[in-house]
Amino acid sequence: MPKFLKVILIALWLGVWCMGAQGARESRTIRVAMTPAFLHDQHALLAEWRDYLKFRLNRPVEFVQRDRYRDTMDLLQQQKVEFAWICDYPYVALKKDIRLLAVALNEGKPTYRSYLIVPTRDTSTRSIDDLKGSVFAYADPYSNTGYLSPRFEIKRSGADPATFFKRTFFTWSHRKAIDAVAAGLAQGASIDSFVWDALNKVRPDITAKTRIAWKSEEYGFPPLVAQSHVPDADFLLMQNVLLNMKNDEHGRLLLARLNLTGFIAGSPKLYDSVADMMRLFGER
Amino acid sequence: MRLFDLSLRFKLPLWGGGLILATALAVSTSFVVQAWDNLNHDLLQNAQDIGRTMAPSLFPAILHDNVWGAFEIVSMPFSANPETALYESLIVIDNDKKVYVSSRPQEHPVLSELARLGPEYQRLSEDLPLRPDAGIFTVSVPGAQRIFVAVPIANDGVRLGTLIVSYNKSLLWQRFQIVLVRSIWITLLALAVLLPITAYWGRRMMLPMRLVTERISRIGSGDLEALNPALYPYRDEVGQLFLAYETVLSKLREKAEFEKEMLKSERMAAVGRLTAGIAHEINNPLGGMLNAISTLKRHGDPDPVTQKTVSLLERGLSQIRETVAALLVEAKVKSRPLGAADLEDVRVLVTPAANKQGTRLSWVGALPNALPLPSTLVRQVLINLLLNAIAAAGQGGQVAVRVLASEARFVLVVENTGQPLLPEQLTRLFEPFTSFSEHGNGLGLWICYQIVTQLGGTISAESNDPLTRFTVILPLDPLHAANATPNLPD
Repeated sequence: MPKFLKVILIALWLGVWCMGAQGARESRTIRVAMTPAFLHDQHALLAEWRDYLKFRLNRPVEFVQRDRYRDTMDLLQQQKVEFAWICDYPYVALKKDIRLLAVALNEGKPTYRSYLIVPTRDTSTRSIDDLKGSVFAYADPYSNTGYLSPRFEIKRSGADPATFFKRTFFTWSHRKAIDAVAAGLAQGASIDSFVWDALNKVRPDITAKTRIAWKSEEYGFPPLVAQSHVPDADFLLMQNVLLNMKNDEHGRLLLARLNLTGFIAGSPKLYDSVADMMRLFGER
Repeated sequence: MRLFDLSLRFKLPLWGGGLILATALAVSTSFVVQAWDNLNHDLLQNAQDIGRTMAPSLFPAILHDNVWGAFEIVSMPFSANPETALYESLIVIDNDKKVYVSSRPQEHPVLSELARLGPEYQRLSEDLPLRPDAGIFTVSVPGAQRIFVAVPIANDGVRLGTLIVSYNKSLLWQRFQIVLVRSIWITLLALAVLLPITAYWGRRMMLPMRLVTERISRIGSGDLEALNPALYPYRDEVGQLFLAYETVLSKLREKAEFEKEMLKSERMAAVGRLTAGIAHEINNPLGGMLNAISTLKRHGDPDPVTQKTVSLLERGLSQIRETVAALLVEAKVKSRPLGAADLEDVRVLVTPAANKQGTRLSWVGALPNALPLPSTLVRQVLINLLLNAIAAAGQGGQVAVRVLASEARFVLVVENTGQPLLPEQLTRLFEPFTSFSEHGNGLGLWICYQIVTQLGGTISAESNDPLTRFTVILPLDPLHAANATPNLPD
């Protein structure tokens, strides 16, 4: 009988080990990097969204917040996060390391623009050319609307973006770029239209101090991306949850508060125009 | 009217108010001066604190050319609570004295020259030392609008710029005004509370004094009105004033009473002297006339008509003599001492008169032993008083006699229930020929008065519904009786 007992013991041990492994995989935390591509300082809303995702995914979810796109890009490249909501420019820059997970719908369309904003008392500025020699606020060197797009416009008009302004500085967030213009620190800033529109709803007193002097063409909306090593199951699960947010009441409520209409799977083609601009600066 | 002639009722609150105001002003002024000093001191201290805490965090921001980061640092104190921030602005300048960033970017644009921001800034720009090891530099020109405290942004001997903490004196003044207004309100509040209390206190102090003053000024006109002691029940000076007034008043009353008595007895004495003088003057010729008539009747032989006339004259003159004799009361008659039997005799004598008109006579008290008083005179006084009382009591009335003898005095009280005497009757009661009834010659009480006075005693009458009372008090001291000045001359 001892041999039979041994077999049973081994089988029991294997069973316990398998169950443990199964349990470990189920409880693995999903880490999502959040960036200033949207109003990422609405902490209560983010916490609620995280709880929603946790419930839908049936997995622990952790939001990792970084102000600089570069930091988020590093997190993705170092596989410290599974998913990230980044700007379209980093997406194009990191294309080989990441997969497009979903694109948010801004007023029904997966697009947004770059707004050139100036203080309200400046009533004459109509385009970025009028701001030559001024103090200008950029959002982030890896922001499309907050850096790439205005520099592209300057370059397209034949000027040198490096010397066009008297002084430039980064605020590391669209929201803070709006603050800089509202306070009068900068005479102009180029920012994410979605951030401005969302802020206009929650803090109209701040946006009232700024004026939109110029709007760019439409670009693909900042995408949610997955790190390329994320298992297909996790990728599909996450994508499914995001795309179905608009189908349940809590999800709709969250979308409304995020000032979004929903998520779609999206297509990399959306970001071709960004790639074109990057090419002009010799980055691709 | 001069200010100092005002009633104390107003003067006390005015003085009190003045003192309170002066105190409050003194306290407030010292408080306000202290507050101004503190504010100034706080300001510089605050500037240095701000500089010391902010400069180190500004160093890396400038080092990394993080304009936005520097802006967030310098605007932080204003975003927390803009009202209470003492300073007007925080300006970071670089080593070329150009604005790197300011908490008021619209007024101090990025890269503008410090000297171009205004005359005061220009002066600061000229004076500002830029050595890396320079300490905190303060510019506070008396006439200037702003105070500047410049703190170097330096690390390890490398200076990247300067943090200028700028204060607007008007802001300081605004802040100071809050303190000022508050202290004014406190002063007003103190006055509002204390003035009514002083006014009430003044009134309370003055009311009794005013009452006393009014009463005293009326004393001259003979108005002796008492004060209610409940008006001021305390034992302080005002209370003592009340007591003193009461004492004065009672003394004055006594004096007035005494004067009245004096006047009365003087009048009685004058009447007595006059009566006695006239009686003597009449008595002398009267004696002669009566002698003449007696001689005529004994030795003459008058006819019947003359005899009749002489008899008529004799009766008339006898009546005059009796009347005059009655007026000349002679107390120095030798008589036996008064005994219980004398009183009993009087009672027996008057009882028929009382019975005759149905007056009830009650008699209380008796003499245990004989008293050293002339019995004849006492009997006469008692009979006179009793007959008067019985007459006054009338039908169905009551007359009570009370006799009381102590070691020193003999007291006789006769009461009746008759018609009370009028006040004017009371004042003239003991004068001769003052009759209040149709009977009698009006000499009964006069005789009583004369006898009692000559015996050194007193007789008094009081009358109020339902009793009229005569009280006779006679001293039993024989010496006293002997020394008593007789009212009547011999």
